[in-house]
Order: sequence, then structure tokens, then C-alpha cells
Amino acid sequence: MNQILLNQIKKDFLENNPKFVAAKNVHPLEQRIVLKNYQVIDPESILEYIANDGYQGISKALTMSPKEVINEITISKLRGRGGVGFPTGLKWKFALGYESDDKYVICNADEGEPGTFMDRHILEGDPHNNIEGMMIAGYAIGASKGYIYVRAEYPLAASRLQKAIDDALELKILGDNIFDTDFSFNIEIRLGAGAFICGEETALMESIEGKRGLSRNKPPFPAQIGLFAQPTIINNVETIANVSSIILNGGEWYSKIGTEKSTGTKVFSLSGKTKNKGIFEVPMGITLYDVIYKIGGGMSEGSTFKAAFTGGPSGGVLTKDHLDTIIDFDSLVELGSIMGSGGIIIADQNDCIIDTIKHFMKFNAEESCGKCTPCREGTTILYNMLDDITKGKSSLEDLEKIKHLSKMVSTTSLCGLGQAAPAPIFSALTHFYDEFIDHIEHKTCKTGVCSMPVKGGE
Amino acid sequence: MMSQREKINLEKFELIIDSFQNIKGPLIPILHEAENMYGYIPIEVQNLISKKLKISNAEINGVASFYSMFHTNPTGLHHIGVCTGTTCHLNGSGKLLKHLEHKLGIREGETTSDGQFTIVPVKCIGNCDAAPNITIDGKVYNAVTITQLDELIIECSDK
Repeated sequence: MNQILLNQIKKDFLENNPKFVAAKNVHPLEQRIVLKNYQVIDPESILEYIANDGYQGISKALTMSPKEVINEITISKLRGRGGVGFPTGLKWKFALGYESDDKYVICNADEGEPGTFMDRHILEGDPHNNIEGMMIAGYAIGASKGYIYVRAEYPLAASRLQKAIDDALELKILGDNIFDTDFSFNIEIRLGAGAFICGEETALMESIEGKRGLSRNKPPFPAQIGLFAQPTIINNVETIANVSSIILNGGEWYSKIGTEKSTGTKVFSLSGKTKNKGIFEVPMGITLYDVIYKIGGGMSEGSTFKAAFTGGPSGGVLTKDHLDTIIDFDSLVELGSIMGSGGIIIADQNDCIIDTIKHFMKFNAEESCGKCTPCREGTTILYNMLDDITKGKSSLEDLEKIKHLSKMVSTTSLCGLGQAAPAPIFSALTHFYDEFIDHIEHKTCKTGVCSMPVKGGE
Repeated sequence: MMSQREKINLEKFELIIDSFQNIKGPLIPILHEAENMYGYIPIEVQNLISKKLKISNAEINGVASFYSMFHTNPTGLHHIGVCTGTTCHLNGSGKLLKHLEHKLGIREGETTSDGQFTIVPVKCIGNCDAAPNITIDGKVYNAVTITQLDELIIECSDK
């Protein structure tokens, strides 16, 4: 395979399929970069991917030096879409700086945050784009091997990725001496086995190595000592899905989209009590109002907006006071929530905030890997204490204990799971303190979700 | 996941282990194979993997018991689960799970005495725009009502 052949394939396909390329169901507020091929091309056809500028990004990258590729990503100001928002260019630069014959690129497709489903759609709808992004990352840091860690709950995504890899190998786009250069790259898919913690980067590496998914101490960071103790970069699906477009159009182009510190677009998944649900891609900085009332088409029949949960069990809650808030990495942090990986769940008047944060804590307690004590014990104790509140068995004194323990768990846990596990409690205390008082002092749940003791007799 | 269970044949499984000899970190892919074939990871298979990969039994058991999709005891012919992700939770998945447990007479994680059903714990399966979801043998069913759940169980029992 080379550039001339790639262009010929594209030309032939477009001549034979003149009506090709028409995006469907795109909202006027959307701008599609990650989803440029979503529901446009047949995800199982490498020819359609090539016809829509597929593999032009890696072809161009190979005419640049690895440093130039990383520089382009740095200029774009792309930040990791997995939730933390670490600058991607910087991560790659670190990995390039460590010498080794066996470096690795990992695509983290272990999307497990409840209420989040954009990565599934990205992989199912455009698997080749992830293959291409990983190739560019591999070239940039000097890696010849990539792993995609897909959660086993996403069998269609895994099978489409496998087909994409097989087809790219057959056309000699993947494999040895790509585009007649010295660059060789291979990709292997690994399936998860139902452990949320394996979305944490070091636990994920342990899992690929065939171990229990226990988080490692950091430092050393993966860029220095990662998978099989080699320099490794690990990026989220959506981060990688941005890479080929950035290389093709330039970092400067990308940096002008979105907000100053959160550039580019973000794919969100919207679910809960709005009329429209699903995934959409908009420039960073959309307001919560536009998400619910424009993209979401307003609340469902009979529903009144009460709260938006962002960042899942590691995030927080937004209320009607925050409708004008823009959603990006930094502005939600100021409000005590996080954008997380982009799941937005809309709750209405029938949903109990205390019950929902209890549900989050149950999830964290069950998914804690158990390695460090604050997270293993703390999340379970917090769950039991929240459970008591929903059963009318708590006092205000208990609430003080919850605050104290939450602070301890968040400051002393080993990895992000434990550190962020109490976040929904803090957020709910700030914005829905009244509901705590209802449950604790008045033994009532206004939504009727929690089973409270009948008043006057227990 | 499949709704056919194979008889344990260590010679056959040895060939499967051999087919993974060239990959780094083969343990979890091999455990997936065992789970798919037998519906759990029998102790004799764990011992075989231990011998072939030169990993201790304790470590293999540790890995097998860590991941929720691996089982160390026999499971039912059909794996049925109610998604407990947040959106499913807000859309009544708790009631569905309670109904399912009552209907089959077992709790989540348990297997019916006739070996037909295991209720498997299901965390978010990324289908939140059509909540509540249930899964049967890996297949996802959207926006399920209690009536539909009953029908699906009958459909499964007939197979």
C-alpha cells in the first residue's frame, strides 16, 4: 500500500458510488469530527472508509517526523476524553522520551461508567478510525504494537474492530513496512471480563497481562513503565478517534473549535427523562439548557427537570440553577461535578437524589478492586450509611460521620475510583441538602422512591 | 455466552491453551474460552492451565474469581440479567430484578436447581437510551416491561 494506491482506491469507489456520503439525523448544533463517518459509511467496509478520506491521516503522518506529529497534537490542545482531561500531546511526548524496543499503544475501550455509551457507538460505527488513530499514535511514540481493550459487554464493537483489523492487514495498511516506510504496526484485541476498575489505566494493563485488575501505584506513570513494564500510552476511544482528523486538518484548526481550555468537540450520551435520547457531538462549551431543551427536545411528557447527573458514580449533580452552565472539563469542576467521559443522565421530579447517590455508592463498593483499604472498606461503609438514610434510620450526627468518612476516602484512596467515589455525596449535599433533611429529620421521601417507616408508628 | 454446554475434555482444552502460546498475557483469553465452553471454569481446567502456563493454581483462581463474568461453579444453561446502570435504575430496573428473582426463586448470582437459569449481575451495558434493559445469553432486550420479561423467560425455557 502507498499513497497513490490509496487515492486510486478512493477514486474508483467514488466513481462507482456517486451518491455516497450523506450524514443522517444530525442536529443543527452538532459538529461532527469523531462521528464524521457514523451512520454515513458501512462500518464493515474498508473501501467506504477509504472513500471518506480514511487512512489519509496515517499516510500524511508518515511523511512527518514523530516529533512533528506530536507537535501537531500539542497545538490542537486535545485533552483525554476518558474523563481526566490530560493533554494528549504531553502524554505522547513523555512516551517518546523513553527509549525501548517494545513500546505499546493501548486504546481504552472499557467504557463502563453507568449512563455512558458514546464509545460503543464510535467503535461500532467507525472502527477503522480507531485503528488509524492508534497507528498514528504508534508512529509518534515509536511503538509497533497496539492493544484495544474492549469490554466483553460490547461484542459487536469487538467483532467490527476485528474485521477492521483483518481488512486493513489484507490491504497491507496494517502490518509491516506501512506505506513503504520502516514503520510497522500490529493491533490485538483483548476482551474485558466484567470489571469496571479495568477502565483505570494501570488496572487495565494488569488485566492484559493476565492478572487481577488491581490499580498500580503511580509514579511510575505508564509512559515510563506501563504494559509489560514498557513505555506505554493509553488513550480513550474518543481521544484516539480525534487523531486522524487533527493530523489531516492541522492542530491549529482543531484548537479553534470549542472553548479556550477545552478544545475540539465532545461526544455526549444523553439518557433519562428527555424526549430525545442518544449520542451527539458538539463543540465543547454547550450549555446544559441546550442539551436538554434543544438536542434533547425538552423533557418527556409529564416530566419536570430536576437534576442532571454527569460523570456517573465519580461525578455530581447539576440543577435548574445550572442550566446556563457550559459543559467542558473545567467549568463543571468549579460546580463540584465533572464532565467525566460525557454521560449525561436527566432526572425528573419522580427521581430521588439520595436513592441515586446510594445507587452510585453501591456501584463503587462492588467495583472497588480491594487493593487499598480506604476504598475497599470506605465505599461499603458509605453505602450502608446512605442505605440507612433511605430507610429513615439516620440522624444528623450520622450525616456528619458521612462527610468525615467521605473526605477521608477521597483523599487517601490509591486510584481514581476511590478518590472520586464520594464526589456524588459532596455534590448532593451542596445542591440537595433539603432532601437529606427530609429523609433524616422528617423521615419522608417526597418522591416515594425510598421506603420510609410509616409516620406515627414503626 | 452460548446456551450449549460442552463436556469437559482436557485433551481438547490442552489444544486450546496451545493455540494461545504465542500471545503475551494469555490467561484471560483462555479463561474466556473455558467459560464459553462449560459455563464456568472447572477446577480440573484451572489445574491444567496452571500446569501449561506455569502459573500457580492460587493465582489462576484469584483471577477467575476477580472478574464478574468468570464463574468457578457451574452456571445455568441461560444467563439472564437485569442492567443496573443508572438510567435503568431510574427507569425501574430494581422492580424488574425483584420480579425476576421472585419468578425464578433465586437471588442474583444464583442458579435454578434445574440448571436452566443463572441470574447474572449486569452493570451498565451502554444501551441507556432504551432503558430498562435486560440481557439473555449476551443478547440485549430494550425497554423491557414485566410482562415482556415473563414472555422472554417462557421463550427461553422452551429452547
